[in-house]
Amino acid sequence: MSAKDEALAKIANPETKVFWEAAARGRLLLPKCTACGRFHWYPRRICPHCAGTDIEMHAAKGTGEVYSYSIMRRAKTPYAIAYVRLTEGTTMMTNIVDCDFDDINVGMPVKLVFRDSPEGYPLPMFTKA
Amino acid sequence: MSIKGCAYIAGGYEHPTRKAPDSSLAQLHAEVALGALADAGLTIRDVDGYFCAGDAPGMGPMSMVDYLNLRVRHVDATDTGGTSYLIHVSHAAQAIAAGKCDVALVTLAGRPRSEGQATGTAVRPLNPNQPDTAFESPFGPALANMYGMVARRHMHEFGTTSEQLAWIKVAASHHAQYNPHAMLRDVVTVEDVLNSPMIADPLHRLDCCVISDGGGAVVVVRPEIARSLKRPLVKLIGAGESVKGQLGGDVDLTYTGAARSGAAAFEEAGVKPGDIQYASIYDSFTITVLIQLEDLGFCAKGQGGRFVADGNLISGVGKLPFNTDGGGLCNNHPANRGGMTKIIEAVRQLRGEAHPKVQVPNCRLALAQGTGGSLGTRHANATLILERE
Repeated sequence: MSAKDEALAKIANPETKVFWEAAARGRLLLPKCTACGRFHWYPRRICPHCAGTDIEMHAAKGTGEVYSYSIMRRAKTPYAIAYVRLTEGTTMMTNIVDCDFDDINVGMPVKLVFRDSPEGYPLPMFTKA
Repeated sequence: MSIKGCAYIAGGYEHPTRKAPDSSLAQLHAEVALGALADAGLTIRDVDGYFCAGDAPGMGPMSMVDYLNLRVRHVDATDTGGTSYLIHVSHAAQAIAAGKCDVALVTLAGRPRSEGQATGTAVRPLNPNQPDTAFESPFGPALANMYGMVARRHMHEFGTTSEQLAWIKVAASHHAQYNPHAMLRDVVTVEDVLNSPMIADPLHRLDCCVISDGGGAVVVVRPEIARSLKRPLVKLIGAGESVKGQLGGDVDLTYTGAARSGAAAFEEAGVKPGDIQYASIYDSFTITVLIQLEDLGFCAKGQGGRFVADGNLISGVGKLPFNTDGGGLCNNHPANRGGMTKIIEAVRQLRGEAHPKVQVPNCRLALAQGTGGSLGTRHANATLILERE
């Protein structure tokens, strides 16, 4: 098993493997229910909006805006955690990176960037658009 | 069918310790159990129902039933974090109404302070079997920054300020000065809160509850037993519970499950928020109090900042005395779970046994409100409405 595969094994389960494999190729996939036509988050095989079981994965546009955020000042290295409302309408937890923490505000437009975690798995994060 | 009037809280006990390096977890559970039973005028042999949550040692109720050598015919280990014990009281009333037990013992204890837990700033570990953690833990969600996001959104939508949040801590500190067991007994000002170090924007250190060891227990009994005891009669007249999460990605941090648990409890009790004379409100952070006060209907959504300002929560000063023991913000937060102490202080108020400086005169109707988990992600809420008979 390659180092990348080992890292993915730590984070993926059978339901989410497809998401993490795409993430490793730098793609953010969003689950969309064919029955109700709505995106959801976090990814599951059963739609949380209508209980539909036919879920398609769509490549995200990679844009959105900050719904809320907080800077963890008590961490060894302070970091910005946020909920980002994606252009597709669903909201995901993420980090805001590569910008001055003081510039972050609710409603700020953001765009997708991928960063590897210390363990080696690829994480969808966002930066100022 | 309703649980209104089906059960009474006959005994309550809060462990005086705030740091217990020389006690075991099971011992603390046993000490609060015996304390609450003694308070009620009952013994361990009278207990036929036992309730505990994830803070208890071992799997569910088995370790403590064995440790105490209880002879029970009903057990319940519902674990919804810090609000579990309010749900236990409600479930105990249901079990009593159904004839499944007569004397229900509920215990909580823990020693996070002795164990050196970084409760508010530690990130939850990743577990691929828990469906949400892979999509959250790598980004560093702790308690403080999750509640920080709730506060930030509230500020954005409604203009709530850090000064208004600080008033909640100020009110708690006014009450804690009279509690000899409270961890933080100094009265603080709005400026003190704002000048304390930033933990997770916009929450300062003094917006956060304490980390303490300790515990508490209550005894819930059927009406005939309550009337045979020598304690004031504290009757459960309404209860509600709810769980709220991220709504499938339609995340909305502006309200909590308290909107549903509160509405259910008020409907069952047949009373309105304006009737409540004393309220125990879960206070893991200042924002936890503010948003639940709105959701319970003590003020309109978005008006919580104005409602809590200028001492409105201080007993003898404001309209809604809250957490007269000092709450989690100043008194204690045993096992990182503040629900039990919320019940116990409400019982003290209804019995007229709160400290004279904070006792609400002729307190007949009180509310206890709990939150478990994280308001920033997924959480449970429970509401109890209690009446002095």
